Amino acid sequence: MARIDLDVNGKVHTIDADPDMPLLYALRDELGLNNPHFGCGLAQCGACTVHVDGQAVRSCVTPVSAVGNGKVVTLAGLGTPEKPHPVQQAYVEEQVPQCGYCINGWIMTAAAFLNSTKKPTDAQIKEALTGLKCRCGTHMGILRAVKRAAAMMG
Amino acid sequence: MTRHENTARFPRRALLKAGGALVVSIGMPVGLDTVLGIGKAFAQGAKPPLTPDQLSSFIAVNADGSVSAFFGKMDMGQGLFVAIGQIVAEELDVPFKAVTVLMGDTATSVNQGGASGSTGVQMGGKQMRMAAAEARRVLVDMAITRLGLPANELVVTDGIVHAKGDASKKVSYAELIGGRYFNVQLDWNKQYGNALYAPGKAKPKDAKDHKIVGRPIRREDIAPKVYAQEDFCTDVKLPGMMHGRMIRPAVAGAVPVKVDESSIKDIPGAIVVWQKGFLGVVADKEWDAIRAAQKLKVEWSDAKPPFPAQSALYDHIRTAPVRKHEVGGKEVGNVAEAFRAAARVIEAEYEWPFQSHACMGPACALVEIRDGKVTCWTGSQKPHFVRNGIAGTLGIPADDIHVIWVVGPGSYGRSDADDAAMDASVLAKAIGRPVRVQYTREQATGWDPKGPASIHRARAAIDAAGNVVAYEFTSKGFSRIDVNTNGGAPWDTLAGQMRDVALKSGDGFGVPAESYEFANKRLAWETIPPLLDRASPLRSAHLRDPVGPQIHFASESFMDEVAAALDVDPVEFRLRHVKEPRDIAVIKAAADKAGWQTRPSPRKDQTGSKVSGRGIAYAQRNGTRVAVVAEVDIDRSTGKIWARKFTVAHDCGQIINPDGLRHTIEGNVVQGVSRTLWEEVKFDAANVTSIDWMTYPILDITETPETIEVVLINHPELPPSGAGEPSIRPVAAAVANAIFDATGVRIRRVPFSPDRVKQSLS
Repeated sequence: MARIDLDVNGKVHTIDADPDMPLLYALRDELGLNNPHFGCGLAQCGACTVHVDGQAVRSCVTPVSAVGNGKVVTLAGLGTPEKPHPVQQAYVEEQVPQCGYCINGWIMTAAAFLNSTKKPTDAQIKEALTGLKCRCGTHMGILRAVKRAAAMMG
Repeated sequence: MTRHENTARFPRRALLKAGGALVVSIGMPVGLDTVLGIGKAFAQGAKPPLTPDQLSSFIAVNADGSVSAFFGKMDMGQGLFVAIGQIVAEELDVPFKAVTVLMGDTATSVNQGGASGSTGVQMGGKQMRMAAAEARRVLVDMAITRLGLPANELVVTDGIVHAKGDASKKVSYAELIGGRYFNVQLDWNKQYGNALYAPGKAKPKDAKDHKIVGRPIRREDIAPKVYAQEDFCTDVKLPGMMHGRMIRPAVAGAVPVKVDESSIKDIPGAIVVWQKGFLGVVADKEWDAIRAAQKLKVEWSDAKPPFPAQSALYDHIRTAPVRKHEVGGKEVGNVAEAFRAAARVIEAEYEWPFQSHACMGPACALVEIRDGKVTCWTGSQKPHFVRNGIAGTLGIPADDIHVIWVVGPGSYGRSDADDAAMDASVLAKAIGRPVRVQYTREQATGWDPKGPASIHRARAAIDAAGNVVAYEFTSKGFSRIDVNTNGGAPWDTLAGQMRDVALKSGDGFGVPAESYEFANKRLAWETIPPLLDRASPLRSAHLRDPVGPQIHFASESFMDEVAAALDVDPVEFRLRHVKEPRDIAVIKAAADKAGWQTRPSPRKDQTGSKVSGRGIAYAQRNGTRVAVVAEVDIDRSTGKIWARKFTVAHDCGQIINPDGLRHTIEGNVVQGVSRTLWEEVKFDAANVTSIDWMTYPILDITETPETIEVVLINHPELPPSGAGEPSIRPVAAAVANAIFDATGVRIRRVPFSPDRVKQSLS
């Protein structure tokens, strides 16, 4: 066990945890943040995705000790109904999710991608999102929303 | 109300407190009054019993005039609750935003069957419509007395009953009954589940008077999901709860014979729960439970690996003894005689693999037992049956069990959710503390109940003039109810089977649903025994549109084969033989919208490695009709298929919410493409080996169709039939027929993975 400082959604928390424990369990169980979801524990689906220093990271395979001073942002920290991130806004406007369990992966990955890539082509969007999973088959809506968000972000 | 006024109240929000977690305090009384706050002001009478013959079991008018609709089915992410809210608001003459639909709580709703067979609107909505109409009738009756005016001088506007010519003579629903309970008997048919029906004396509105039903209204639960304000079943936290993990054998059928508890003695608070074949661990911290499950040393019985080689699966099905044979409907004419007299016989056989629900998240459930009373939080789409299952598993009366559905990580039928609820029950009882069970990905994909594998034989008799004179279609496969459609009995869940409850495998399959008319016709099915008679990772059960995709992959591929053999255009062939007018209409609508060029398949004008083609397929499903045109691109050199465009014509009778319906159809098509191109449960002699997203791939975002065109055919004069599943049904055949059109090669085994396609084309 070790004392670990975590900067999450702009606030620093200190937890006492096994350094090998994945970040996902620190967020969910120690900090009570429910939004990153457990989907596979294998970095294969994206349901646990958060940003660390602006990069999309699969928290289910990231040891909590590896985060260091990195600034972690979860879906809850990305935006709010009052001040939404464009990807979130587009997700609502396009009514994308069915069950919605997968959305951390798509929204957090798309947000990181669109922050660094302006006016992406359809092919670039798909390539940026490849590997993420949605079992309900909302693929059409996901692509509509990310394109809409890309347009909003200029 | 505009589309953006977004007014359906998402039912769970009332229960999920702000700040993230749903925290349930110890000893919280769970009753209608407390949970909903609707009884605070009520003055008269106790709440009638929660039985289907009481109007109060379906509808309540709250003190503020808002309406609660208690629904014994639930939404699996397609916006069903919006449609139900529209139906209730319509019949009650209240604003849509005044209605809150509360779903899937055994303390507030009766067993209407849960999410099941695309019956949410078809059967659940029918009941809610009748209940809401009866509530309006009763309220207007009360207003007659209050206002001293006859019924024909009263109208209802937005929950206010008023005189036709004088708006000042009025009384609101809230004033009439707000906060009190209806004490009105319904004429219940004594059925539970999907068939439950309990009308009152009221006649529902005529469709021509509908103002809310038929409008596109958006889901209000999207924003809470997107802003991380909604808790899933996985997010429920209970005071004092422990985290549980299950341990499954490497060889299916093996049971623990020695468990070395000392192997986890250094993990704080870790406890082993071992009952016959049932083995789990619990710990205070989730990470400790995960580590304990990984570290626990277990010696397993020397079970004989129970499964055939994967490559022998279809031969196994062919040669396995038939446990049940059933002819669907009635044989038309004399099929055997017609085949004897045929000038020519066209035959084919098709194969469909086991498929996994592979839900987005592995199942999770929580159970708390206090003073002999059980509370369970589950993502199961049939919480009322989960109550029965816990009763049977723990030996506790169902009346002492409260099951609360909380949205889970996707649900497409009898998934692993019911098993998780039972496992949590056994663990909670064993350790005397609340337990949260979370399955692993390996358990979710490897050990969920599977959609059954099957073979399908079709043949057509052709006379000397080239007419189809007989058609015979027989499916043979594992049962879709090897374990039941719900976890309502111990023999239907792993917790029961692992603890030596004998499997009670049922027999069910199905036949094509279409209206092809031939002089002689016979549709039949046969089931075979399961591969392992207890706790099997290949036990078969309902997976979205149970056996529909496999049957119609075969039957609609075969219709294409016959058309091609007779050199007839596939649409033209169907229109010659399909007799039901609504079926004809969807086929024509899809073909027209897709710009179908009339010609026989395959096309003969393509050379080179990149080719494209189009195919059509159609099916009925419990009153709904769907036709799908697929346009696909194929790279012959790699075997890679891109299902580029779909055109779907959909007729489900009266449309309640076209917005939700379009999204539902899109999801069906994409999931259907995934199951057609990629999905196959892999196994070896010992166990299932497709256990994650690498070994059980699904459709990637890079493979998304470019376009899905949807043509909605509305029949307001007809009752609504289902939409949750019908449009997944014809997808595989439409794709197969398009591949044939492009290449002249008929692929009769799903999935059409690149390797298989390349091999078929070479």
